[in-house]
Amino acid sequence: MLYAILCYHREDVVGSWTKEEDDAVMAKLSVVHEKLAREGRLGPVARLLPTTAATTLRKDSDPPLVIDGPFAETKEQLLGFYLVEGETLEQILDTARELGRANPGGAYEIRPVGHYYPATATAKA
Amino acid sequence: MAEAADMAWINTALTAARPQAMGALLRYFRDLDRAEEAFQEACLRALKAWPRNGPPRDAAAWLILVGRNATVDSLRRLARQQALPEEDTLLAEGGEDDAEATLADRLDGADYRDDILRLLFICCPPDLPAAQQIALALRIVSGLSVAEIARAFLIGDSAMEQRITRAKARVTRSGVPFETPGAPERAERLGAVAAMLYLLFNEGYSAGGDTVERRAPLAQEAIRLARLLLRLFPSEPEIMGLLALMLLQQARAGARFDADGAAVLLEDQDRGRWNGPMIAEGLALIDKAMRHGRPTPYLVQAAIAALHARAATAADTDWTQIDLLYATLEHIQPSPVVTLNRSVATAKVRGPAAALAMIEPLADRLAGYFHFFGVKGAYLTQLGRTAEARVAFDRAIALAHTPAEAAHIRQHLDGLQREATPT
Repeated sequence: MLYAILCYHREDVVGSWTKEEDDAVMAKLSVVHEKLAREGRLGPVARLLPTTAATTLRKDSDPPLVIDGPFAETKEQLLGFYLVEGETLEQILDTARELGRANPGGAYEIRPVGHYYPATATAKA
Repeated sequence: MAEAADMAWINTALTAARPQAMGALLRYFRDLDRAEEAFQEACLRALKAWPRNGPPRDAAAWLILVGRNATVDSLRRLARQQALPEEDTLLAEGGEDDAEATLADRLDGADYRDDILRLLFICCPPDLPAAQQIALALRIVSGLSVAEIARAFLIGDSAMEQRITRAKARVTRSGVPFETPGAPERAERLGAVAAMLYLLFNEGYSAGGDTVERRAPLAQEAIRLARLLLRLFPSEPEIMGLLALMLLQQARAGARFDADGAAVLLEDQDRGRWNGPMIAEGLALIDKAMRHGRPTPYLVQAAIAALHARAATAADTDWTQIDLLYATLEHIQPSPVVTLNRSVATAKVRGPAAALAMIEPLADRLAGYFHFFGVKGAYLTQLGRTAEARVAFDRAIALAHTPAEAAHIRQHLDGLQREATPT
């Protein structure tokens, strides 16, 4: 069974870490990552760029509405995510619109990925 | 050991909460000194209470509540009035959950973004010199100590203390705007704050030689505050552009100086040492801002920086596009420095003669500007006008602000020397 572990934290606090503090956290995490990778249990890992880099596509209207910033509603829940390669935000928005036509309603928050570590585990889900 | 770890997370939490808490306390007390005292008192109580009770759910709300109540309490004592009623005392002690939650709800409203904007805005009255605006923001918004700021500005503590005291007096004299801003006032405040943050960034970014270590944190602080501003105003393309510009420049920090501290030109930098995530974030912000279809000065400058960031090697740089972007910048924000910068792109696209013709009319206005003579010397060198080039480089050295700048020009002069004496 494959599980997603979703990481939440206060962005103003994480953003106030010095580079040394940030590096120290990343170094401690990478020890855990390496252990999981050796056990063949680690799927892809992504550290997302700050929410200020986010764009949200509201797909409950037609055409969908593009909004600056992260998804801010609390009445909807996180149900899944994609990792998609793209050159520009426009290209990713087109992809999101295409997905939205297949599954209207709700929203997609589009966040660039800062750090990415590919999977070492084979999905068994 | 546990204590040191406690202190580290508490300090980070206090730094992160400071702009919001100070902004709210300033609105409440309408007095900068009193707001600072209240915040200070709240921090002291946090240092005692948080290691014992764990972090509050909302650090800023806790600090606002505790700082406000403690200060009101002490003001009442001063006025020799009766002590606070019992329930108020309770609130002042612990930031009890209900009151904290109520306040946190209210803070989620629109008020608090204007609180933070106001706090930043009062640091930048137009007639306050740039260096004082920055020092004031570092003291009030970032909470750096006077000694820390003095160190970054390479001056003594007492001189910095005086500078900040004068700047604060200036702010108090001109009056703090407490009314909720309308759209035009908000735009004006954002513009002034953006300019101040970019100055702060440059204080850190332009540092060279042995000042890098002391001043580089200023650039990081400017980025942190620009991110905060954009979180509060997520649809402002000019703030997206400002943050993108800072990130794309800062991404090169690791490659800008060699082991001896000498500046490394953009085209000679090891691009493998540029910071990938910072570039990715900058590019993403430009994409977002472009959707608004309004070319603004920071955005256009960021787009120029992005073309450098996207080039895998210096030879891959799209100079034609950079030249066009500079033409746009000349149009929306005409200045001799912009034209000077444009000429560098023009030289790549149309050659040094065209570039020299472009900057010659600027000679009077840039007569005291180091880069003008450095660039002019380079074009003259390329055109084989060695004697004139030497004059320009000599002038540049005389105007250099840092040893790194002077050393860089000396390399050009040495180059001329080598060409003049064939071996």
